[in-house]
Amino acid sequence: MADATAPFCISGATGEWEVVVGLEVHAQITATASKLFSGAATAYGAEPNTQVSLVDAAMPGMLPVPNRECIRQAVRTGLALDAVINRWSRFDRKNYFYADLPQGYQISQLFHPLVGEGEVEILLDENDEATARRIGIERIHVEQDAGKLMHDQHATMSYVDLNRCGVALMEIVSRPDMRSPAEAGAYLRKLRAILRYVGSCDGNMEEGSMRADVNVSVRRPGEPFGTRTETKNVNSVRFVMATIEHEARRQVDLIEEGGTIVQETRLFDPDRGVTRALRSKEDAHDYRYFPDPDLLPLELDEAFVEECRASLPELPDAKRKRYEGVGITPYNAAVLTAEVETARWFDALLEAGAAPAQAANWVAAELFGALNRLGKSMEECPVAPASASELLGLVADKTISTTLSKQVFEIMLETGEGAAEIVEKRGLKQTSDTGAIDAAVDQVLAANTDKVEQYKSGKPQLFGFFVGEVMKAMAGKANPQVVNERLRAKLD
Amino acid sequence: MTDLTTLTIAELRDGFRSGEFTAREIAEQYNSAVAAARSLNAYTVETPDDALAAADAADKARQSAEFGPLAGIPLGIKDLFATRGVDTTSGSRILSGFKPPYESTVTANLRSAGAGMLGKLNMDEFAMGSSNETSAYGPVISPWRRREGSNAALTPGGSSGGSAAAVAANIAAGATGTDTGGSIRQPAAFAGICGIKPTYGRCSRWGIVAFASSLDQAGPMARTVRDCAILLEAMAGFDPKDSTSFDVPVPPWEGELSGDLRGKRVGIPKEYRIDGVPAEINALWDRGIEWLRDAGAQPVEISLAHTRYALPTYYIIAPAEASSNLARYDGVRYGLRVEADGLNGMYSATRAAGFGAEVKRRIMIGTYVLSAGFYEAYFTKAQKVRSLIKRDFAAAFEQCDLILTPTAPSAAFGIGETTDPLAMYLNDVFAVPASLAGLPAMSVPGGLDAQGLPLGLHLIGRELDEQGVLNAGLAIEERAGFTAKPQRWW
Repeated sequence: MADATAPFCISGATGEWEVVVGLEVHAQITATASKLFSGAATAYGAEPNTQVSLVDAAMPGMLPVPNRECIRQAVRTGLALDAVINRWSRFDRKNYFYADLPQGYQISQLFHPLVGEGEVEILLDENDEATARRIGIERIHVEQDAGKLMHDQHATMSYVDLNRCGVALMEIVSRPDMRSPAEAGAYLRKLRAILRYVGSCDGNMEEGSMRADVNVSVRRPGEPFGTRTETKNVNSVRFVMATIEHEARRQVDLIEEGGTIVQETRLFDPDRGVTRALRSKEDAHDYRYFPDPDLLPLELDEAFVEECRASLPELPDAKRKRYEGVGITPYNAAVLTAEVETARWFDALLEAGAAPAQAANWVAAELFGALNRLGKSMEECPVAPASASELLGLVADKTISTTLSKQVFEIMLETGEGAAEIVEKRGLKQTSDTGAIDAAVDQVLAANTDKVEQYKSGKPQLFGFFVGEVMKAMAGKANPQVVNERLRAKLD
Repeated sequence: MTDLTTLTIAELRDGFRSGEFTAREIAEQYNSAVAAARSLNAYTVETPDDALAAADAADKARQSAEFGPLAGIPLGIKDLFATRGVDTTSGSRILSGFKPPYESTVTANLRSAGAGMLGKLNMDEFAMGSSNETSAYGPVISPWRRREGSNAALTPGGSSGGSAAAVAANIAAGATGTDTGGSIRQPAAFAGICGIKPTYGRCSRWGIVAFASSLDQAGPMARTVRDCAILLEAMAGFDPKDSTSFDVPVPPWEGELSGDLRGKRVGIPKEYRIDGVPAEINALWDRGIEWLRDAGAQPVEISLAHTRYALPTYYIIAPAEASSNLARYDGVRYGLRVEADGLNGMYSATRAAGFGAEVKRRIMIGTYVLSAGFYEAYFTKAQKVRSLIKRDFAAAFEQCDLILTPTAPSAAFGIGETTDPLAMYLNDVFAVPASLAGLPAMSVPGGLDAQGLPLGLHLIGRELDEQGVLNAGLAIEERAGFTAKPQRWW
């Protein structure tokens, strides 16, 4: 794979091209189990048309009432993105006819969005602060999702499922600040991490709770922006990156062949890895936006915004810096903070008393390895942070060796027993009893007189062999430091 | 036995309480009167069983002395209000056969106060009209006729024309109306009854089929000012399901009614003296001023400078909102559906067949004024003028406590007489400014014109000052001595 941090250029027949990317991310507010204006439930995967209120179905005379908790979550998200919170915002109607839109309009925010400018910092290489980039956020507005058409249920008719209709979305609009697929991927992952830390959106792209409209244009380095295309509803980080790759290449080829880019809406075809035109600007809708007269302007007071701010957890960047400050390597700090579940688990481990650097190494190597093997996610981790802390404590106070700790951890995973209990019951406690160790050393040396000869005649690398044999004889329980000392005393 | 349909709501209430007659007797008499008056075409649906059931419940409740303020009162309900399980068509073909599985907040309030429903009242399609002629179910015929000459059928006004006709013809003790730009007040004036549009936000809009959301407001229509106060008390109130509804208590309007206007200043807006208004309407206005002076009020001339822009402003904002509000009638989920090729074909066929000419005209006007390139020039400009009109009223209410004007620029006209839409829109010239400003306003009968047709006087009050409007209405009612009733021909 190409180096993610190298400048990304498309080499065309006529020279180098730069790609310019902006993303509009639609993130469902999953923190609330109810819709933006109707209070209906929003369970994923429910039977069609079972999560629909009279408001969602746009029955005559029904009125929207803003869901306070949805607004709160959007404000919290804005604050987490370091964005301006607009104390006065308003909902607008975006008018168009489609069978998945019962009202004939979507309630959105065009003229006065809830959240203004903010930014997200991305890091292309975890080990190199110099690869940090700031991606501007233009705005976040709150809007309703539409329903879904099902075309495969009937020979000549399409069915409509209104379950998603009225679900609260945050549309997070970035500036055209990204210059490569890798940057777009890093931005999406970082945004997803922040949303998950905040808890406003679960970031589940498979279930559609997060998807992106990808705006791509190309230009000669240093020249003004080119004409952009917008590829709609791309639903994974990988597909977003593929969309940019393909779309940039397509645009370069088209321009170099003497064609011009038209501003249009496109779709990504994941099976073929290409984008294709959906509709051009000429037959774009006139959405006739105007302020929704059913809703009063949204006015937020200081106390509300402050409550939102106070409710925010420690965010990924702050957490990463804190970890680095207690001696955790930058790489480990980045890995441990990338997912909120990992970070939460790790924080609990530290709280239980584990030493940070040692604990970070152990999680990155042993715990991740074990979870990988078991095919489990962090949320399904079979070992509680307190139990892991107990295990690491036994290593730290030299009750067991690092080597033995791996064995103990395996038993913990298998049986669910506590580390101290395992060590106690199975007699795995490390011994520094020089009498017993000396006896074992003598025994090993006596049994390997040939190797002792070789060692003494200039093969020092055999020292490790003796250590291993003594440990084996002691069933792994000997303090390795004492073993080393006693062996050296006898051999040197 | 007395004809109970001639009594006011206050009289029915008192007679029911004292046991003079039963709620069932009231309901039965009304049911018969409704059935006998079908030539008026006031009701699109009759619900005699509903009225009887409410009456029986009221009679039963009376025994335990625990009954609502409207126990035993049979009302007509404008067909814009969703009524559970009962056809709610808004006067439109596109909602033919639609029976909502829910009840509007206002009618639910009336029902829980003990009122019964006689039926659903005819209206202009989606409340768009001033003569009831745009109803898909045929026009309502006014119970009134001109004194001289022809027996031409007259309009009861609109859009709450069925409500006005029913109250005037004694086939409802009172009725609900809605007012977007005069739809309660103009028909009340044409039919010689009272009607009040309260402050925007007093009555919940939940369950009322939307025409123009920023203007629509429900209100009562009845034979006396007191009856309006009684009904409005039951209809109004904060509703968490309507985020534009006012979270303030409902005052005891009836209990506080008083025709004593001493200390009040009545504003007379000079801009309401417009060309082409019959002299007898201006003469009635002058009489109204004298009646209020007689009640203790002091008349003051005021200026509402942007009055002449009110009608054009209204005819941009209301159609704009309507064009969006009516998008939901698409044949997909309820109401009329006309099959045709493809989704867009079905939409076109359904809406072409389902909407009448006036509704289509307003959808087109509204779509136009919101479209790219015209939005600023029309919609934004209209919103600005609306603010100026509100400011005019705010400034005027520094100098006065309420405002008196005529309700409409003419008496009732004949069905089919007004074919030019713009001429029709002029009916609301006096009513529309208060709608744009969201202020409470009421029409009270003032007298008859030379043809023997009723004329109304129009009172506008400060935001949330329904009491001031009702009190001034009472003062006029007490002095006008309006007792005329239409001669029964139906």
